[in-house]
Amino acid sequence: MRLAFREALDAFRRAPVLSALSITTIAFSLFAFGLFGLVALNIRNALQQVEDRVEIRAFVIDGTGAEAVSAALGDIGAFPEVATVRYVSQFDALARARRELGEFSDVFEEGILPASIEVRLKPGLRDPATVRGISRRIETYDFIDDVRFGEEWVEKLYRLRNIATIAGIALGTVFAIVAVIIIGSTIRMAVLARAREISIMRLVGATDGFIRAPFLIEGFLKGTLGGILALGLAWVTTAILGRFVIVTEFFSPGLALTGILAGALIGLLGSAFSVGRHLSRA
Amino acid sequence: MIRFSHVSKEYAKTGPALQDVSFQLGKGEFAFLTGPSGAGKSTILKLLYLEERPSRGEIRVAGLTASSIRGNGVAALRRRLGIVFQDFRLLEDRTAEQNVAFALEVTGARPETIGPKVSRLLTQVGLSSKSNALPRELSGGEQQRVAIARALANDPVVLLADEPTGNLDERATRGVFQLLRDINAAGTAVLMATHDLDLVRRANLRTLEVNRGQLVFDTADGGEGRAGEGA
Ligand SMILES: Nc1ncnc2c1ncn2[C@@H]1O[C@H](COP(=O)(O)OP(=O)(O)OP(=O)(O)O)[C@@H](O)[C@H]1O
Ligand SMILES: [Mg+2]
Repeated sequence: MRLAFREALDAFRRAPVLSALSITTIAFSLFAFGLFGLVALNIRNALQQVEDRVEIRAFVIDGTGAEAVSAALGDIGAFPEVATVRYVSQFDALARARRELGEFSDVFEEGILPASIEVRLKPGLRDPATVRGISRRIETYDFIDDVRFGEEWVEKLYRLRNIATIAGIALGTVFAIVAVIIIGSTIRMAVLARAREISIMRLVGATDGFIRAPFLIEGFLKGTLGGILALGLAWVTTAILGRFVIVTEFFSPGLALTGILAGALIGLLGSAFSVGRHLSRA
Repeated sequence: MIRFSHVSKEYAKTGPALQDVSFQLGKGEFAFLTGPSGAGKSTILKLLYLEERPSRGEIRVAGLTASSIRGNGVAALRRRLGIVFQDFRLLEDRTAEQNVAFALEVTGARPETIGPKVSRLLTQVGLSSKSNALPRELSGGEQQRVAIARALANDPVVLLADEPTGNLDERATRGVFQLLRDINAAGTAVLMATHDLDLVRRANLRTLEVNRGQLVFDTADGGEGRAGEGA
């Protein structure tokens, strides 16, 4: 094992440019993946906050009877998706507006704001589709004038998150494939450079596993280094963004470790793939 | 130690190289393998160390049925053999000592046993004073001694040598041959392919002669004819 490690390190020394290239492509693969992952992560967090505030507000036509409204409250409260339902009278609406707007409170006069029914949905059921569904059902009451729920930007955030996820996966995959190919050709060169050594190893009775080990270790090390490099790049990017544009959340330690492991896996797969093909011919 | 039973070998490209070859080499025995160029000497050795597989027949070496070994069995078998070639096959960027140690390292010997064993092997082949020399700093005979020391590293029961003196002058040839005789005297069976008929004649040892892929002569049979199975 120690010998295999020494040989793996020798390989770096023998082909420094190719080694650096394979580490860099693995890093870019994971960086692309990670960057869009971070975007998706932060959008998800934003969505969570927005969703917490998602509220359906149904405006009640002036002069609607109290019994009709309370019957509707009962009905709506019984929808399985609904967490709370609340009636906000014209008076309440005015009081709230005055409180929220402070010094401009004078501009409001009694009766200028309509009464409304405010509905909050249960956590996890605040996605655009559910919100829209519930809104449609509330709209069917004939004393309801208009229903609002901030539909557009919830949907926009959702779309953005999906795009970020897909872009990250697509770009990351392309880079990962390139990384596997480059690692493959590094290994091929290393096998050729050591063909004589390998044939002698075979001759004196070294096992295939033993002959393979240094190449696999080499791939694993490159992948791990690539993963660490990618994490560093992502961290620097986040730090720069945080300094000049917007403070965003970074990967949790678990996710960061997963990223490094993914790099190690790419490196290992790249070399395992190539070593199997080229060793048999060496 | 070695038993060929009706072994034939056809190469995909060049056709038949061996036809129905049968012979035995006992424990601790020495035999020359002679015959004209292209007769099949190297092929016989390659079949023994599993570089090639027989098309027909059975081969037993060092207690194993070589013809049916797969996977890591190949490595296991080669550890019971020592193999030496005309062109030495040393690693040019390593010293004599490192070349011998290499065979021990890659077969998983315990690190602390390697140093003492290497110096013992180099002493055995008469090269203890040149253990730090690179191959290019050694004469042909000395390089072959390093290769022999490496072949002995895993304490083989059979030593296969494919024209080990082919690149050496007469003096070096005699030295290397004597070394092989000493190794044989210590109990290792030796099968040595050679073109050097002078050497064969003078040595007066068992000789297997192949011609066009057939075993045409075996001194163990006491004369002409194909070697029988009970040889
Ligand atoms: N790898 C190979 N592929 C195809 N044909 C081969 C191969 N190796 C040997 N042969 C053929 O098999 C026959 C026997 O070759 P072999 O090398 O065993 O002869 P040899 O007795 O060792 O000859 P020499 O004394 O020249 O070394 C030859 O006709 C050769 O062309
Ligand atoms: Mg030959």
